[in-house]
Amino acid sequence: MNAMFVVFWKEILENLRDRRTVINTLLTGPLMAPLMFALIINASISRELAKADKPLPVPVVGAEHAPNLIAALKRSGAEIKDAPADPEKAVREQDADMVLRIPAAFAKSWTDGEPAQVELVYDESQRDAQGSVARLRGMLEAYSQQNGALRLVARGIAPSVMRPLAIAERDQSTAQTRGGGLFSMLPYFFILGVFIGGMALAIDTTAGERERQSLEPLFVNPVRRSTLLAGKLGATVAFAFTTLLLSIIAFSVAGQFMPIDKLGISLQMGFYFAACTLLVMLPLVVLLCSLQTLAAAFAKSFREAQTYLSLLMFVPVIPTMMLSLFPLKTQTWMYAVPLMGQHVTILRLLRGDPILPEQLTLCVAATSVAALVCVWITARIYASERLAISA
Amino acid sequence: MIEVTHLHKAFGKVQAVDDVSFIARDGQITGLLGPNGAGKTTTLRMLYTLMKPDRGSVKVDGIDAAIDPLGVRRRLGVLPDARGLYKRLSARENIDYFGRLQGLDTATRASRITELSAALDMGDILDRRTEGFSQGQRVKTAIARALIHGPTNVILDEPTNGLDVMATRAMRGFMRELKAQGHCVLFSSHIMQEVGALCDRIVVIARGRVVADESPEELRAQTGAASLEDAFVKIIGSEEGLAA
Repeated sequence: MNAMFVVFWKEILENLRDRRTVINTLLTGPLMAPLMFALIINASISRELAKADKPLPVPVVGAEHAPNLIAALKRSGAEIKDAPADPEKAVREQDADMVLRIPAAFAKSWTDGEPAQVELVYDESQRDAQGSVARLRGMLEAYSQQNGALRLVARGIAPSVMRPLAIAERDQSTAQTRGGGLFSMLPYFFILGVFIGGMALAIDTTAGERERQSLEPLFVNPVRRSTLLAGKLGATVAFAFTTLLLSIIAFSVAGQFMPIDKLGISLQMGFYFAACTLLVMLPLVVLLCSLQTLAAAFAKSFREAQTYLSLLMFVPVIPTMMLSLFPLKTQTWMYAVPLMGQHVTILRLLRGDPILPEQLTLCVAATSVAALVCVWITARIYASERLAISA
Repeated sequence: MIEVTHLHKAFGKVQAVDDVSFIARDGQITGLLGPNGAGKTTTLRMLYTLMKPDRGSVKVDGIDAAIDPLGVRRRLGVLPDARGLYKRLSARENIDYFGRLQGLDTATRASRITELSAALDMGDILDRRTEGFSQGQRVKTAIARALIHGPTNVILDEPTNGLDVMATRAMRGFMRELKAQGHCVLFSSHIMQEVGALCDRIVVIARGRVVADESPEELRAQTGAASLEDAFVKIIGSEEGLAA
C-alpha cells in the first residue's frame, strides 16, 4: 500500500516537471475542445441569425417574364440579382445557393389561368444552402396561394374551399431538447479530454520506462509488480481526471458566453450536471487509462506507443457517430455499454431529461466492471517476463 | 550468499542457460566471465527474479527465489544491464525513490545517501537533474540507488561497461571496498583483465554452460597456460567475444 503511494507521488512529481505534459493536461486537453466547440456553435448560431434577418439574394433568369412575381418577391425580402450564365453549373460549384428560372411561357400560362411553371435550381446535398432554398420556396408558395385565393374570390368561391384540412402544429420540444441536438458532440469532447490527459503518463509509465531502460531496475525492488502498476495507473488516472474536471468547468464557463438563448434553447450546465457527469465518467477514466496503459505496454518504444494510443482515440468516436447517424430512442441497455452509457447520460443531463437512479447506477456499475477487467488484464501483462526486458 | 543450482532457461529453441550451478560467498568477489551472448545476463536476471528459470533453483541467504521472490529481492542490490535513470529527477531523488520502495524511513535514507555519495564520490552531482549526466555519473547514481538499503548481496551486470579509465578504476576500488565490508559481490564481465584482477573466484560461462569454476590461480594451473588470457581462450575454445 505504502509502495503504491511512493510510486504514485513519484510519477506525479516527475510528470509535473515535464512542461509538455502539464500543458496537455491543464491546458490543451481541457481548453481545446470547449474552445473549438464554442467557436463552432457561435459561428453556426450567428450564421442562422444573420440569414433570417438579411435580405435573401435570389439570382433570377428571365425576370422580365413575370414582373408581378418579382415585385412580390422583393416585398417579401428577396434581393433580385442577375443570374449566372449557366445556372446549373453555378449551383453545382456553389457559386450560388440557388437560381430561379422563369420561362418565356410564364406570362401566357398565367393569363390563361393554367399552372405557370417556375424552375428552382438548387443542390439538396448542399446543407449550407438549405435555409435559403426553403426561404425562397416559402415566398413562392405564399405568392401562389395568395393569387389562388384571389382567383377563387373573383369566381365567387370562398378560398377556404381549397383548404379542407387545417394543420395546427404543436411542437413538443422544449428549449432544453433543442439545445441537446446542437450539443450531441459534447460527450465526445469530454472523453477526448480524458484521453489527452492520460496519454503522456500511460506512455511514460510503460513504454517510456522501457525505452529509457529504467523498468528493469524498478522491478528489482522488493515490490509486487501489481503494486507498481497500481501506483502508475493511479497517477495516470489522476492526470486524466484533472483534465476532465477542468474540461467540465471550462465547458460550463464557455456555455455562459454562447448566445444559445437567441436560438430559443437552453442547456443545463449547473452543479447537478457537473456532479452527475463526473460520477459516470469516473469509472470510464479508469477504463480508458488502463486501456492506454495496456496498449502502451505492447509498444517497444515511445513512438510506437504514441501510434497505438492515437488509434485508440478513435474508439470513443464510435458510439458518438452511431448515435448521431442512427438517432435511436434511449433504451436502458445503452447505459450498460461503456462509452455509450456515458454519452447517453451526458446528453440527457444536458437536455434536462430525467435519468432514473437505477440507470445511473447501471452506467457506473457496468463501466466499473469493464474497468476492473481491463485493469486485471493490464496487471497480467505487467507481470509477464518480457515486459521488463528493454532490448 | 548466492547459491545457484542446475539453472535452465530457454527462449524458444535457443537454450540460453543450460544447467548452470555456482556459489557466490560472502566476503568474496565472484566473477561471471564469458563472451557476449554466453548467457551471463540471463543467469543474473533469474537471480534477481526478473525471469523464472525453466528448471533449477536460486537461493539467496538460504531463501528460495521461487517461493519468496520479494524476500530475495530485499537481500539483493542489483545493477542490471539496463540502468536508466529518471531524467527529470535529481540524482538524490532517483536514489531516494528506490529507498522509499525498499521501505526505508526518512532518516535512514538520508544517512545512507550521505554514505553512498561519499563512497562513490558523487557529492557534486547529487542535487543535479540526471538529464545530461555522463556515463560514469549515470552508473554511480544507478549503483547508489541499488545499494540504498545496504544489501548483503550485490549483483553487478557489466559494471564497467562504457566507463572511461578513471571511472573504471574507481569502480574497481568500490567493489573491493564492498568485499572488505563482508558483502557477497557477484559481477559479470567479458573483460578478462578485470576479472583476473578483482575476483576471488571465477565462473566461466560459454554457450549457456559453466566451463570452469576456480580461483584465478587454479585456473592458470589447471590449463597449464602462462597467462589468464591464454587460460580463458583454452577453456572457452575460441577467442570470440573476449576483450582484453
